[in-house]
Amino acid sequence: MEPQSCVTIQNEWDIVGARQLGREMAKDVGFSTVDQARIATAISELARNIYLYAEQGSIKFEIVQTEHHKAGLCLMAEDDGPGISDISEVLKDGFSTSGGLGSGLPGVRRLMDEFEIHSEVGKGTKITAIKWLK
Amino acid sequence: MRIPILKLHNYLLVSIQTEIDDHTAIRFQEDLLDEIYKTESSGVVIDLTSVEFIDSFIAKVLGDVVAMSELMGAKVVLTGIQPAVAMTLIELGINLNHVPTALDLEQGLIKLHQELGV
Repeated sequence: MEPQSCVTIQNEWDIVGARQLGREMAKDVGFSTVDQARIATAISELARNIYLYAEQGSIKFEIVQTEHHKAGLCLMAEDDGPGISDISEVLKDGFSTSGGLGSGLPGVRRLMDEFEIHSEVGKGTKITAIKWLK
Repeated sequence: MRIPILKLHNYLLVSIQTEIDDHTAIRFQEDLLDEIYKTESSGVVIDLTSVEFIDSFIAKVLGDVVAMSELMGAKVVLTGIQPAVAMTLIELGINLNHVPTALDLEQGLIKLHQELGV
């Protein structure tokens, strides 16, 4: 398995492709079944956000390591979509503009260990999330 | 891909065996409601033993199909939710509070028998 992979998100089936690839990588890194489910779910939420709001974008997966040789899996979701005007709003539970459950981004933040979001209106959104191996 | 729906007496049994994409989930919702109508079933068990994860979309579809079926007069029980799935759903912020569940298919059928009194 390559330490780095990238999936283009353009349609609903790419969401399935992204989470399958991410799950495989998580398994290779040695994550437990529960962490594999957390990672697959986080990827699904990120990929669906791209598909719903930006129409297209990509998710990169990278196996990362700290100085202390702790391994992790880093997800980078990027799109050139409309961007998010109020980030604190989308990180609130229950906020949704699409009629969904509104648990997407705050959920991803809880499922992963590290979460970072950068967004510029009219330019796009970039989200980085890392899960560390325990 | 279509999820098979089996009829057993006055119940419908569904076992989700593959990873569900959005389209399959929506089609399943329609198929199940059609099947309830056609067979006049009073109860449904949806077994999720083989499902390795559920995201917010699939959770919404499942929660909705339970509410829709109940609106029609059929009781739905979700069974076999795996530990990893239960943990992930709660952390995601989804509690499916109003959805009847049971440990496995057998317990699910017992629950239907009790609730429907047949």
